Amino acid sequence: MYQDVILDHYKHPHGRGLRDGDAEVHHVNPTCGDEITLRVRLDGTTIEDVSYEGQGCSISQASASVLNDLLVGKELGEAQRIQETFLELMQSKGQVEPDDAMEEVLEDAVAFAGVSKYPARVKCALLSWMAWKDATAKALSQEAKTA
Amino acid sequence: MTQLPGLLDTEAIRKDFPLLDRQVHDGKKIVYLDNAATSQKPRQVLDALSAYYERHNANVHRGVHVLAEEATALYEGARDKVATFINAPSRNEVIFTKNASESLNLVANMLGWADEPYRVDHETEIVITEMEHHSNIVPWQLLSQRTGAKLKWFGLTDDGRLDLSTIDEVITDRTKVVSFTLVSNLLGTVNPVETIIRRAQEVGALVVIDASQAAPHMVLDVQALQADFVAFTGHKMCGPTGIGVLWGRQELLEDLPPFLGGGEMIETVSMHSSTYAPAPHKFEAGTPPIAQAVGLGAAVDYLSAIGMDKIAAHEHAITEYAVKRLLEVPDLKIIGPSTAEDRGATISFTLGDIHPHDVGQVLDEQGIAVRVGHHCARPVCLRYGIPATTRASFYLYSTPGEVDALVEGLEHVRNFFG
Repeated sequence: MYQDVILDHYKHPHGRGLRDGDAEVHHVNPTCGDEITLRVRLDGTTIEDVSYEGQGCSISQASASVLNDLLVGKELGEAQRIQETFLELMQSKGQVEPDDAMEEVLEDAVAFAGVSKYPARVKCALLSWMAWKDATAKALSQEAKTA
Repeated sequence: MTQLPGLLDTEAIRKDFPLLDRQVHDGKKIVYLDNAATSQKPRQVLDALSAYYERHNANVHRGVHVLAEEATALYEGARDKVATFINAPSRNEVIFTKNASESLNLVANMLGWADEPYRVDHETEIVITEMEHHSNIVPWQLLSQRTGAKLKWFGLTDDGRLDLSTIDEVITDRTKVVSFTLVSNLLGTVNPVETIIRRAQEVGALVVIDASQAAPHMVLDVQALQADFVAFTGHKMCGPTGIGVLWGRQELLEDLPPFLGGGEMIETVSMHSSTYAPAPHKFEAGTPPIAQAVGLGAAVDYLSAIGMDKIAAHEHAITEYAVKRLLEVPDLKIIGPSTAEDRGATISFTLGDIHPHDVGQVLDEQGIAVRVGHHCARPVCLRYGIPATTRASFYLYSTPGEVDALVEGLEHVRNFFG
């Protein structure tokens, strides 16, 4: 479960810290107390930045770091595909063995495949991804209102 | 092997618990240190459960056939055993519930619907403590919200004890009920019952004690405690899940109204109104957890044969050893009393910056079962500014070797995340 990639991201998180954003959300995992505050900044349909601050276990913290790596600079449509692929992997109960195609999409995030075998920990891995999805929807609806 | 004075013959005791032989994660023998969550069950309890279902199963208190009579005798026999176990003056003071949460909710609802002088309303106050399990917080919050009664509580000192320095301001003439835990499920603290009860009696408040973490581990004498209600659960004391106990003083059980209505709790029923059976049946609507009560009776027999005083001495020795060994682990901080005095065999701690989930997961890989999280006592975590703890909790079958395994396991955790 604890792949070196995950431990590396946990010890040296990428993009951590809150910066300017178009929308901010705060998500918690009530069963274990993991928390994340996450902001999204968009430039049209491009993700300019995802910044975050939080506390929690290595899985939740590493997952936020991987998310920052994967999504910043991407078009929203592509980011959504990545998010859906990650969700599919995490909900696979350990049944999905990531192939080359999946690895191409998820890069470091394939290291979380082992976490999907532990139902109690899947929510930890998904915390930042659900927060990102929520923050993005919020940013888009604000944009729609002001447009 | 470490030998400590006061230890039970754990080699013999462990033979009674089939699960303790279980191996996990490719042949690692289980080290079960999650006893505050639930205990393992001895063969004697498992046998009582299957014997009940294989030979005596029927509904109780109805029917004249032989099975119904046997089942009733077994169920009511379990009540006798529990009454003796807690030194209740009368067997009719022992109400079977499904767990301690239900017991505490039952008291709160008896008081919410009661007439004077017991009635809790907007002019009265309820007192609890900051170290309660959620099951002794939420029922009182609900009662407070529904009646307008003010909810007050005792805070905690830095070393994990109740702060009773303002006891006369917290418990006042307006206080109708004081409900607190005998032993904290997170901190392990054993609370000074006498001081609190004396003050409650001065102002005429009822006293409810949550003994969930006490009944499995020490002599529980409801007459010596002098409380009005005592709640505990069966599954933490070698019994099955689905059975709890509420003990209450007879005169209160006679005066207070029922909460759940249904079969079994009535005397006569017409379409307009009903009269109720005397306690304890007044508070046991519907078919009760019969097999579970029988299992709890067997658990009480098992614990009594060993001796609750001997179990308490064993756990005290283990706790003393565990506190000493754990404090040798670098960066480990005990949340709660840091000596074995006035504390139970439940030890919560943090380990540097390593999140308890990670501690628990890496311990699990070594076959060591602990609990991580806020242990259904989130206000305690908030009080000490931590998101969660790792908790190791011991029982009559725990050994010094298991304490050593935990300490070694924690060294491994530190190396892994260091």
